[in-house]
Amino acid sequence: MTDARTFSSPLDLQSVRADFPILSRELAGGFPLVYLDSANSSQKPRQVVQAIEDHYLIHNANVARAMHQLGAEATAAYEGGRDKVAAFIGAPNRDEIVFTKNASEALNLAAHTLGASLKPGDVVVVSEMEHHSNIVPWQLACERTGATLKWFGVTEDGRLDLSNIEELLTENTKVVALTWVSNALGTINPISDIAAKAHAVGATVVVDASQAVPQFPVDVSTLGADLLVFTGHKVVGPTGIGVLWGRYELLASLPPFLGGGEMIEVVRMTGSTYAPPPARFEAGTPPIAQAVGLGAAVDYLSGIGMDKIAAHEHAIVEYALEGLKTVPGLTLLGPTDATDHGGAISFALDGVHPHDVSTVLDTRGIAVRAGHHCARPVHERFGMQSSTRASFYLYTTPEEVDALVDGLGFVRSFFKVD
Amino acid sequence: MQLDSLYQEIILDHYRSPHHAGLADPYDVEVHHVNPSCGDEVTLRVELDGDTVKGVTHDSVGCSISQAATSVMSDLVVGKPVAEGMATYEKFLELMQGRGNVEPDEEVLEDGVAFAGVAQFPARVKCALLGWSAWRDATAQALAANQGVNNA
Repeated sequence: MTDARTFSSPLDLQSVRADFPILSRELAGGFPLVYLDSANSSQKPRQVVQAIEDHYLIHNANVARAMHQLGAEATAAYEGGRDKVAAFIGAPNRDEIVFTKNASEALNLAAHTLGASLKPGDVVVVSEMEHHSNIVPWQLACERTGATLKWFGVTEDGRLDLSNIEELLTENTKVVALTWVSNALGTINPISDIAAKAHAVGATVVVDASQAVPQFPVDVSTLGADLLVFTGHKVVGPTGIGVLWGRYELLASLPPFLGGGEMIEVVRMTGSTYAPPPARFEAGTPPIAQAVGLGAAVDYLSGIGMDKIAAHEHAIVEYALEGLKTVPGLTLLGPTDATDHGGAISFALDGVHPHDVSTVLDTRGIAVRAGHHCARPVHERFGMQSSTRASFYLYTTPEEVDALVDGLGFVRSFFKVD
Repeated sequence: MQLDSLYQEIILDHYRSPHHAGLADPYDVEVHHVNPSCGDEVTLRVELDGDTVKGVTHDSVGCSISQAATSVMSDLVVGKPVAEGMATYEKFLELMQGRGNVEPDEEVLEDGVAFAGVAQFPARVKCALLGWSAWRDATAQALAANQGVNNA
């Protein structure tokens, strides 16, 4: 099938895939794994796993507070992860990188600390296509402070509806929190344009880049965001670590989030003073081995080249959209062409519920996600309860997309919807 | 993994034409249960006559397994004493948690035996239990309300 349609990628897929042992796994029934769930969690290359293993087996100790040689090695390894992440996203200053446990915690940190100065009459703006983790923390912040939550809608073709941007962005708007790439629709949003308008009314711009940082080169120094979050496990790194990047002056002006060890300056029973960023936001023993693994992950991606990864994602999305359009009764959720389309495609199949689609595909070794993908509001927007989502990464081959398209044909015949 | 053992014809029949579907009056208690991880939802009404389940109706969105299981569950409990319905639930739960090692009792579970294959798909067990959890909740509430009336 591949020959019938054009596909061209700048990546040597065979050599990339050789770095990911899991991709050669065979599943029940002798089917080779076809992993199309990378927007949920990416697979890990050998290099990342080995970096974590070396850290635990050779360098392990606590950071900062351990004064011995291993403590110094662990601290250097942890802070080395910070340097690598800072360079990877173009942060002008390494102290602008705060490690959290995941992207959700990073967004909660943003909502708590920015939320501390919200008051009745203030407005927080999100969008209808956000992941729940960029909705609920802001709902909670608004409940605590009496501020009002408003949101951008979504157009019929799955783009942000900016037609009422003047009404949403006023002098009362204090925070604009948006996803860069929708995890459900795949839509890539025009962050810089919206950030410029948000700044014009004095609002702080928070960007959920969980689906963006894995897929294309990111330069926070020119993006226009004030805070940006992403998570380690979607960039071929480990689980248990997320990243909050913030402009240093902004971070330095924010109150602490969690209290505990290492986030303090001086603790007295009558009150404490707090460390400067990033330590202010890293209470307790941090995700040390995870930072080492994340450092190895961004090194791995940089070694391949984020521009090449972006070109591959675009090619595979274009190829998949073409293939999915040939499946009778299939409706795409979100943009139907590859322009400004991230590496996730959600769809509905007439007459078959997404969970049943996913179970049948699973018996053929094809892993997709079914459900609302933690984005219930945008499904409701399109009158859907859930959808099936296929998502791709640097190791996805056109043959895997063909297997998905063939698998969907089998789903239709199994449920007799022909 | 045996696809045909999961999607038995009986299940697909109940999925295509669910029994007791469509919310009806009168009823004692209405509940709304969701499966937050996947988004399946069921609204279910129960009407009791003393300790007997007089009627169960439901309106649900979800996959074939959850829809069919709610349909079969309704067949199994309507017209039966509450205690018997609860005992049937225990049997069904045992089957679902049996990882394929429990021999289903057709005398008790009737069409419910068709779900034996679901036990081999751990991710789908919660689908088969959604309707049951709604019925148990609604019935417990209805019993408690009746108790309150009797004690008054």
